[in-house]
Amino acid sequence: MPDDPSSDRIAGEEFDVVVIGSGVVGCAMARRFTLEGARVLVLEKAADILDGASKGNSAILHTGFDAEPGSLEQHCIQAGYEEYLQVKDELNLPVLESGALVVAWNAAEAEMLGGIVDKARANSVRDVQHLSSAQLLVKEPGLSKKAFAAVEVPREFVIDPWTTPYTYLLQAIENGATVKRDTAVIDADFAAGLWQIETNRGKITARTVINCAGLYGDLLEQKLLGQSAFEIRPRKGQFLVFDKSASRLIDSIILPVPNEITKGIVVCRTIFGNLLVGPTAEEQQSRDDASVDANTLQALHNKGVEIIPELANHSVTATYAGIRPATEFKDYCIQPYAEQNYISVGGIRSTGLTAALGIASHVFRLYQAMGNSHNQIDNFVVPDVLPLAESLERNWSKPGNGGIVCHCELVTRHEIEQALSGPLAANSLAGLKRRTRATMGRCQGFYCSAELSEMCANRLQIPLSEPLT
Amino acid sequence: MKSTQCQVAIIGAGPGGLSIATELKKLGVDHVALLERESTAGGIPRHCGHSPFGMREFRRVLSGAEYTRRLTAQAEKAGVEIRLATTVTELGQCGELSLSTNEGRQQLKAERVVICSGAREKPRAARLVSGARPQAVMTTGALQSMIYLKQQRPCKRPVIIGSEMVAFSAFLSCRHAGMKPVAMIEAGPVVSWWRLAALLPRLLGTPVLTNTSLEAIEGKDKVRAVMLKRPSGELATIDCDGVIFTGQFIGESTLATMAGFAIDTVTNSPLVDAYGRCSNINYFASGNLRYPLKTAGQCWREGRDMASLVKASLDGKLPDRWAQTNA
Ligand SMILES: Cc1cc2nc3c(=O)[nH]c(=O)nc-3n(C[C@H](O)[C@H](O)[C@H](O)COP(=O)(O)OP(=O)(O)OC[C@H]3O[C@@H](n4cnc5c(N)ncnc54)[C@H](O)[C@@H]3O)c2cc1C
Ligand SMILES: Cc1cc2nc3c(=O)[nH]c(=O)nc-3n(C[C@H](O)[C@H](O)[C@H](O)COP(=O)(O)OP(=O)(O)OC[C@H]3O[C@@H](n4cnc5c(N)ncnc54)[C@H](O)[C@@H]3O)c2cc1C
Repeated sequence: MPDDPSSDRIAGEEFDVVVIGSGVVGCAMARRFTLEGARVLVLEKAADILDGASKGNSAILHTGFDAEPGSLEQHCIQAGYEEYLQVKDELNLPVLESGALVVAWNAAEAEMLGGIVDKARANSVRDVQHLSSAQLLVKEPGLSKKAFAAVEVPREFVIDPWTTPYTYLLQAIENGATVKRDTAVIDADFAAGLWQIETNRGKITARTVINCAGLYGDLLEQKLLGQSAFEIRPRKGQFLVFDKSASRLIDSIILPVPNEITKGIVVCRTIFGNLLVGPTAEEQQSRDDASVDANTLQALHNKGVEIIPELANHSVTATYAGIRPATEFKDYCIQPYAEQNYISVGGIRSTGLTAALGIASHVFRLYQAMGNSHNQIDNFVVPDVLPLAESLERNWSKPGNGGIVCHCELVTRHEIEQALSGPLAANSLAGLKRRTRATMGRCQGFYCSAELSEMCANRLQIPLSEPLT
Repeated sequence: MKSTQCQVAIIGAGPGGLSIATELKKLGVDHVALLERESTAGGIPRHCGHSPFGMREFRRVLSGAEYTRRLTAQAEKAGVEIRLATTVTELGQCGELSLSTNEGRQQLKAERVVICSGAREKPRAARLVSGARPQAVMTTGALQSMIYLKQQRPCKRPVIIGSEMVAFSAFLSCRHAGMKPVAMIEAGPVVSWWRLAALLPRLLGTPVLTNTSLEAIEGKDKVRAVMLKRPSGELATIDCDGVIFTGQFIGESTLATMAGFAIDTVTNSPLVDAYGRCSNINYFASGNLRYPLKTAGQCWREGRDMASLVKASLDGKLPDRWAQTNA
């Protein structure tokens, strides 16, 4: 059910920081500021967290080998990468140590590999190395024999796109942060050192505002500051997900030689044991339209088969799309406005899952530079989140799991009940899917929809079913 | 304490699995374990509300639910050990089965295994359909289990995609649940099943549109409409609140695929030899997993024949060599 600010303690209370938006960036922000001792409120206009750009990505943990040397993006990617590896065990988050291969498919592309190695080294990613086509095929026998040469990036990994931000935010909540979903910031005024924030559910008071509104960052900034320093130019990426059987065809993340606009079509395993092909890069007006297109999906299918011929014999499990909050700038648009107690965190285009923790620390330092200080929490709480990754011990293998409900993804009754309760309880089918993977497997709900609709009765804003009358 | 060994393990207690298990007991096999991941036995007919079941087996017309109850009672009476809420998660090369139950991970070693995991419909994603991805986009299987197992309906005015027999079954299920399908869509020039079948939906006010393809699904959280391409080539939008994909059956072959058995990539069925054995000869495949789609009665009969082959294998009477057939 909706979190209602007027109904409890948050109305009339003064927060140190309001984070607007609970994409992966907002979630990491809430965690950092809470652990640093700030009183944090997160406002999210959607029914659930992770409903914007963060809903669909490739889930690669980037080393930043191909980022622009010296850019803010490069700095945040590397800081985010390192912090992720530091906290992952404590937070029980997975990492698939796949490594990546940037594959050249012709002589012209092969010539560009030298530049990629130089750039990687300039970005302090020193363990990259050239592979000949022969070495490549020994390493990845599933790859098309047409592969010309490659650069290996051993520490490019794969992570869980949903459990990760969810865990960040849950950690913030368990250490004192408040999250209000279904709460859109409509307007705000800054006077006498305080923000008065108007939402669809009442007014909120806070000292500092951090704009993490992703695809709506510019529109929000216009409302708050009168104008925006950047303009969001939505860029959609479509994906195909192949059945788990396909994930055995390849170990590494297979990257193309990138161009100016996009990192190009990637083929990689997912943390859930599938194999993904995508994303496309399509400029569009809409900030919400994440629809897929049959012709594009077919083209992705063909591309996948071109790269890994055996893929032709494996079936497609899912299709999806995500929208990148790109802007007119290449770099992130992170900007403090000290006079207004406001920090803009915009244009976190295509590396935000990796960089989120790094962005959060960077923004916290900007916040300190604005003259703020708090007392760090000493003994912070670590949330207990059930892992969904194949590499971690899943709930179905443990006693008391309540039995399996979603058979394709082996999601248990206990996992579903857990996802439907607590401070971040799923309140939409999409939210339940992100928390548990129920119905996201090969049958797409053929076997478990009925059971799920019963378990979710009266729990979701849009019910899955209604009783026969 | 559950046993950790048996002579024959059967995966899936649908009509196929129930039939083989019962027959194996009748043939004198000592310990037959039937493993079923749902909390009741019966498979698909549990949620088939219409079409007659039981003509072959019981010489009378039964509902799907009644039919499965009888088959289950027969198996129990014959001495089959039925283990419900038990999912087989992995197959070993020599009949070692990994199981998951409420108690967690378990093992079962069987001399022979018959996989009877059935068939399902190809869902929207695998058909590469354009458009948004709202809820209430489903298959007949999901629709019927909601209606007949939970007395729930997912929507009121769906569009039905396809015109195989099961599409008409979906249509009847909708009517039973007080849903009024707004159209039935068939990409081909004629209805795939019995041509006169189209009369029924038409009489009840649901147009059956042939030569019409589904171009896109619209709606953010819930389905709002579908876009269709009509025979003239023009696009038409029809309002609806759900989409039901029917037919295009494929085997539920995950276990066999992941164990590396040879698979027919079109039907998703394990390839079998003249004795019904998979490319690993400790394993057999039967029922709708093996060449979908057959009726319950056909799967039941196939199961009876299959039982004697499994018994022959136990007795060492089948050749060791595996050669795929096209049967
Ligand atoms: C196709 C694709 C592939 C990608 N691949 C990778 C990858 O492999 N690795 C990687 O690290 N990154 C990847 N990314 C990038 C990553 O997904 C994004 O950088 C990240 O999701 C951006 O998150 P965000 O929090 O800035 O924005 P969002 O996720 O859009 O979050 C913003 C939130 O703010 C809310 N909001 C907006 N306006 C308001 C308002 N007025 N009031 C309240 N709430 C509001 C929105 O509802 C939304 O939930 C990829 C992205 C895409 C699209
Ligand atoms: C939507 C739909 C409607 C149909 N309608 C009709 C109809 O009206 N009349 C008709 O005659 N036929 C109908 N059929 C055909 C139907 O498949 C057969 O009637 C019959 O159910 C096939 O029997 P089976 O034993 O092969 O498979 P199923 O009945 O599908 O049984 C397979 C069983 O295996 C179990 N299982 C699968 N994997 C595992 C695992 N890993 N571990 C443990 N258990 C597992 C399943 O839970 C299931 O109970 C329909 C099929 C579908 C898909």
